Amino acid sequence: MTDHDLQLKAVALRRRMLRLIHHAGAGHTGGGLSCLDILNVLYHRVLRVDPAAWPAPGRDRYVQSKGHCVEALYAVLADRGFFPDAHLDTVCQYRSYYVGHPTRKIRGIEFNTGALGHGLPICLGLALAAKMDRAPWRVFTLLGDGELAEGSNWEAAMAAAHYRLDNLVAVLDHNTLQITGPTRDVMSNEPLDEKWRAFGWEVRACDGHDYAALTAALSTPPPAGQPLLVIANTVKGRGVSFMENVGKWHHGVPSDAELARALAELDAAEAKLKEAVP
Amino acid sequence: MSAPAPSMFTPAALAVAGRLGLRLGRANLEEFAATLQELAAADRRIVVVTSDSRGSGKLAPFGQALPQQIVEVGIAEQNLVGITAGLAAAGKKAFGVSPSCFLTARALEQIKNDVCYSDVPGVLVGISAGVSYGALGSTHHSLHDLAALRAIHNVTVVVPADNFETREAVRFAAQAAAPVFLRFGKAPMYRLHAPGARFAPGRALPLRDGRDVAFLATGETVVHALLAAADLGTQGVSARVLSFPTVKPLDAEAVLAAGRECRAVVTVEEHSVHGGFGEAVAATLLAAGLAPRFRLVGFPDEDTVTGNQADIFRHYGLSMEGLGATARALLSGAAPGR
Repeated sequence: MTDHDLQLKAVALRRRMLRLIHHAGAGHTGGGLSCLDILNVLYHRVLRVDPAAWPAPGRDRYVQSKGHCVEALYAVLADRGFFPDAHLDTVCQYRSYYVGHPTRKIRGIEFNTGALGHGLPICLGLALAAKMDRAPWRVFTLLGDGELAEGSNWEAAMAAAHYRLDNLVAVLDHNTLQITGPTRDVMSNEPLDEKWRAFGWEVRACDGHDYAALTAALSTPPPAGQPLLVIANTVKGRGVSFMENVGKWHHGVPSDAELARALAELDAAEAKLKEAVP
Repeated sequence: MSAPAPSMFTPAALAVAGRLGLRLGRANLEEFAATLQELAAADRRIVVVTSDSRGSGKLAPFGQALPQQIVEVGIAEQNLVGITAGLAAAGKKAFGVSPSCFLTARALEQIKNDVCYSDVPGVLVGISAGVSYGALGSTHHSLHDLAALRAIHNVTVVVPADNFETREAVRFAAQAAAPVFLRFGKAPMYRLHAPGARFAPGRALPLRDGRDVAFLATGETVVHALLAAADLGTQGVSARVLSFPTVKPLDAEAVLAAGRECRAVVTVEEHSVHGGFGEAVAATLLAAGLAPRFRLVGFPDEDTVTGNQADIFRHYGLSMEGLGATARALLSGAAPGR
């Protein structure tokens, strides 16, 4: 798929995600929109996972540490054919497996996440297992920047470099906004690139909505013996003008009118993309 | 073999142990480490994860013999449990080993989510549990761990009493398809079981039959209950003793049989009186409509008395003498007291 194909798909995925949050009456809208392009690139260009052969022992592992943005993941997994799209009509409903955070009961999901600061340590265990078995599969996680205040991330950051886990990739959805406000006001964590480099990681920064840049950052292996952090600079609420960088959309659920407005914006973006055939 | 802590048993208790022919084994922790090393030498999927705890876990020989099967995470219990979960999900039989005081408190969220809720077959090993680190103070005590883990779904909680139960528990954990928590102390333990005893998860092991009082005990308190029962026997009191290596799931059948067949039930554990083994037994009895005379022996909800493990056990009545007095008072209808 070309960048253009993926950009078109991203519009469809954003629509799907917004519809499902609206239908479920709950969800993490802003963060879902900020990480959606990252997931789109991971699932179409980077991760070696086969929905038809799930869970093949040699698959790449993806653990979504920022589990609250599960709606974006649900949309991507359904699109990739891990489960029927109709399942998403049950999100957050009585007796549905599709709860508001990832669980292994859902085909395509590796771990039950949602409490923050858990994904990276888990990924270390997975990456160590691959190293022990001399297996070529890689391990990926998605972190939030607010999440980095959890100390367990730094325990894991230290250990990943200590064990030279060059089969481990952490992607930071660096949207700089958390539930209370800008991350720098809640608990400043910059300069992140220098911090992670000091911990022994290869660090790459890119525009987290630029398909070519994301693909390059995620596909090029890190230097031997170094884990890789990709700081994906993103916009919380990306793709819907009135949601972008607005705190209330952290877990705001669109009303009927807001959904219609958001979908209209996305339709317009799609039309524009279609006109601009590369 | 280490020498027994001299003050763990009174001369009278040592005499009863001698009369019963009990022989001192090694610390359950040592039995655990030796058993695991033996299993791991034959099964390369077995991996141990330590948080600067290989010395206290008696795992230094394991690390020397099987360096490819041990992962050191440094003093970082959250990372320890997360890594254990990841290894387990990728097909390793991972044992995360750390003092129970840290493992089950600092990393409780990782135990709950990464292992139990995610349903990966990781094994969590709480070493030097209870008041094994007696004199080091409450930072190093784990009198909450059974309560915390009993309230978490999807984990088998195993607290072995002696070397036999330990060995069997480790073998069970190494092949379990679901999460297991093992809890060990570091004092040498008497061998309690006759040859031919059968360990099964979720089942109590009978040590002595009796009809007046039943001691239902778990972990390293079981020997004191056994000595108390034998001593009571010389005073005309018939006492049953059951060892419960599995705290969850509880052997309800054995509990109910004791409640029906004995006049009184005494539970014994190296844990807070809140939320542990004794409350599980009490709930099981009451739910079945049984209300024998009942006493729960454990650590009261107070600033734990200072001293070594033997001092603390003696202070709270976790001794042959203390348990005997509790049973006699209960049978005579006296108000409970220490």
